[in-house]
Amino acid sequence: MKPAPFAYVRPGTLEEALEALAADPGAKVLAGGQSLVPLLSMRLAAPSRLVDINGLPDLDRVRTDADGVRLGALARHADVLADADAGRVQPLLPLALANVAHATIRNRGTTVGSLVHADAAAEMPVVLRLLGGSVDVASVRGRRTIAADDLFAGPLESTLDHDEIAVEAFFPALAAGAGVGFEEIARRHGDYALCGVAALVERDGDRVTVARAGYLSVCDVPTVVDLTPALDDGLDDATLDAAADLALDALEPADDIHATADYRAQLARVLTARVLRAAYDHAGSRRAA
Amino acid sequence: MTEETHDVRLHVNGATYDVSVPPRRLLSDALRHDCGLTGTHVGCEHGVCGACTVLVDGRPTRSCLMFAVSAQDTEITTVEGLTNPDGSLGPVQQAFLECHGLQCGFCTPGFLTTITAGLAENPSPTRDEAREMIAGNLCRCTGYQNIVKAVERAAELGSAT
Repeated sequence: MKPAPFAYVRPGTLEEALEALAADPGAKVLAGGQSLVPLLSMRLAAPSRLVDINGLPDLDRVRTDADGVRLGALARHADVLADADAGRVQPLLPLALANVAHATIRNRGTTVGSLVHADAAAEMPVVLRLLGGSVDVASVRGRRTIAADDLFAGPLESTLDHDEIAVEAFFPALAAGAGVGFEEIARRHGDYALCGVAALVERDGDRVTVARAGYLSVCDVPTVVDLTPALDDGLDDATLDAAADLALDALEPADDIHATADYRAQLARVLTARVLRAAYDHAGSRRAA
Repeated sequence: MTEETHDVRLHVNGATYDVSVPPRRLLSDALRHDCGLTGTHVGCEHGVCGACTVLVDGRPTRSCLMFAVSAQDTEITTVEGLTNPDGSLGPVQQAFLECHGLQCGFCTPGFLTTITAGLAENPSPTRDEAREMIAGNLCRCTGYQNIVKAVERAAELGSAT
């Protein structure tokens, strides 16, 4: 339960960090470390070098404007969760962040780090994808923006190249007339969820114009399904059931030691209905307010 | 093969420790082996059990999920730093004593640090908030009931001072 030896560098500028990363193909970035350090301790990963970005300036910022919320690479989950402006502009952030592990882990873990860790059981990757957000990455070769739909390559695999650092994530603001919901089922609160669902609903009066749901811990990668067609005739028990059917057609719940595929499918069904209704009501309450 | 080491200055409980550690030295191990502060206990060593929780700049943090080299320039508080200046038990420690909040004591340092920070943020938690406060820490002896009572008692003791 001890990591294998590695070299360590703690750069003071982003340029130094990018050079250190580019110079060693076996190097990994260390931000909060709440997912990386267990992998190292269990020797599931053995990088030759860690580039610790915790000393870089300005990366801990949470910037919010009318377009959305921008999180620097060192913004800790706890800081984002406590940021009232961020939660007002995109209410799905605090809803989901409250389910990210325990408070102690949220104190150190970073939201951007969680995104590029690309764990299909994590909350924030699927939230980014549901909202159509993006991640800005930098390397010695330059900068680029990766849309959430292009970020997740496979289990624990993002599309960042080895010399790239995710420096910022962008979560778009919640549109007027839109609402969100989030719920997950875990054996114990704070554990990895057996299944979690986030929903985004846009309404025009009682009519549902957009309904999408994002699923964590169901497939190999964070998965978003468009459920709008199922709610064409409004939102009631029957159409919610149809929406769950539509979702399950697109999902492939997997067996693991925590839950059978059938149980997972049942959780996805129940949670889909719950979060769609919650998002629908949320959209209504925002319009009324 | 000799492993590279880094000279790190750790600030723990108001004291300074100059240590020379390999980069892979976990903060939990550095506290115990290099600083001699064995109050911090190491349980699961992958961030699940909470026994190794210390305060980093006042915030509860898993010391097994941090490297000692990353902890320079931070203020660390371990269970040894929770006593009153005169050496008597601090309010959370006193509450654990009064409420029988520990049996074997292995998990206790992590609970004490977590609750100390929790009460600093929320000095008078409801019972639900008290449970939430300790949700990230495992205890295999007590069944948690007396720990929840200890949180409430510590809040009383804290408000009396």
